[in-house]
Amino acid sequence: MSPCSRDARLFWILSASALIASGLLLLILVFLAKESWPVIQNAGLSKFMRSDGWYPTEGAYGLLPMLAASMAMSALAIIIAAPLGVASALFCRFYAPPLISRMYRWAIILLAGIPSVVLGLWGLTVIVPLILAVSPPGTSLLAGSIILALMILPTVALTTEAALAAVPMTYWQGAAALGLSKEATILRVALPATAASIYAGILLAVARALGETMAVLMVSGNVVQLPSSLFDPVRTLTANIALEMAYATGDHRASLFVSGLVLTALVLALAAGARRSGGQIVHA
Amino acid sequence: MTKSTGSEPGQNKPAPATPFTVSPIVAGPTCCVPECQIRIEDLAVSYKGVPAFKDVTLDIYRGCITAFIGPSGCGKTSLLSSINRLTDMIAGCSVEGLISIDGQNVRDPTLDVRALRRRVGMIFQKPNPFPLSIRRNLEMPLREHGLTNRAELDSRIEKALKDVGLWPEIHGRLDAPALALSGGQQQRLCIARALVLEPAVLLMDEPCSALDPLSSGVVEDLIESLRGRYTVVIVTHNLAQARRIANYAAFFWVKERAGTLIEFDFCRQLFEAPKHELTAAYVNGQRG
Repeated sequence: MSPCSRDARLFWILSASALIASGLLLLILVFLAKESWPVIQNAGLSKFMRSDGWYPTEGAYGLLPMLAASMAMSALAIIIAAPLGVASALFCRFYAPPLISRMYRWAIILLAGIPSVVLGLWGLTVIVPLILAVSPPGTSLLAGSIILALMILPTVALTTEAALAAVPMTYWQGAAALGLSKEATILRVALPATAASIYAGILLAVARALGETMAVLMVSGNVVQLPSSLFDPVRTLTANIALEMAYATGDHRASLFVSGLVLTALVLALAAGARRSGGQIVHA
Repeated sequence: MTKSTGSEPGQNKPAPATPFTVSPIVAGPTCCVPECQIRIEDLAVSYKGVPAFKDVTLDIYRGCITAFIGPSGCGKTSLLSSINRLTDMIAGCSVEGLISIDGQNVRDPTLDVRALRRRVGMIFQKPNPFPLSIRRNLEMPLREHGLTNRAELDSRIEKALKDVGLWPEIHGRLDAPALALSGGQQQRLCIARALVLEPAVLLMDEPCSALDPLSSGVVEDLIESLRGRYTVVIVTHNLAQARRIANYAAFFWVKERAGTLIEFDFCRQLFEAPKHELTAAYVNGQRG
């Protein structure tokens, strides 16, 4: 085969792969829109952005409390996980002795591999009773956030560490030649140099947190309400779908697809926001 | 006791450095009153037991430009980085011998390495400004060395940028990212970043080799302008450049698988009347 036709073959293989990947995403979006269309047409999208109750069989489709719960829980989770993840990556990379660093990295990878349902079980038997002792009922926004934080911490830690490992040697040499301390080199050179990648890792983690279902469903109580404190039980959009899909029919079923659509829109908006601000962070 | 005995305490000082009397061929500029600032004796560097160079003894004179020339792999860069102890950063690197700057032993394990590197700046082959703004690149090292006064910071930054000739080009956009500058500007920024700490010595590791010819010329002129104010040690593969700017030149060659100093002399002497046949062959382009 001539180089030219080999090139053409590779081109077609790659194009087809790209088309399949993007086509699948499009198909999912079309499917979501199609399945939710009947109820959007009947009730109007505005009916969903309310908090006056979720009784989908009686025409009350207030998704707002669940949207708020999803966002609050993910936000709290990342507030816990981002500093811990970045700090653990810094420790692992720059301060831990090699053996500890290796063991710690293993632990993080292991944590990433724990199935969410197992984390949920653990949360239900350990975290929830602890919170209950402070303020009942225990299953709450806080419990969900803590479990979510544990789930997304490895994402933040591993992406941060990979980014730090990619800091060019010339920066370290340059900083050392200027007589900068290790601390200054890490905080003032390495971290700014990797800010964009760390930020990308954090967004990846938030997207995962928003989409997480099982563990959240097990520990957060699943009451449809706007949370007024960390100890309130809440229901997230994902939990809503998982809880009701089994028996929902008609407009109720369609309204669950609206939940999915809203969730997807949220993640896409997040990704779009990330792209816009990502470039500026490099030189912050 | 008469005055003429010369045994009084006041006259026990070492003789003041005197301008040397030399043949026209080596008569350098007036800066070359040979006052040794960096003394290197029997220095050897090895990486994991493999020697990079050995038996290097030479004096580097204050305010002069000293060029290290020779083929790749003869230890010039290793020698340069042992002067500011950047060799400490390399695992498995060991240094033997003596280096002193202004009488202070650089290899003293109790020496404050950060203070040493503040006095001995270094410029690398590839420009390496940090991915920060132009201002932050210059301000951060100053802050880390304890200078926080805003006005003082600004004036030091302005002075350094003027010294490297960047001020007219970029003074309106100090907050722009440093990586947006051209290669030559980045290298001058790196020189400014070293100068801002007011060092005594500047080590330059092929500072022009990654630049286009025009920028290279600008940086070369800049290096030349530093003569007299700073002690400059420059590694270069560009013999014409070494010949143009250096007062002293040291020629290195690989012997028995380790770099070694073949000849050290006034630059003109080394280029025009080398004492060693290897040097002659190298500077005339017949070897290396």
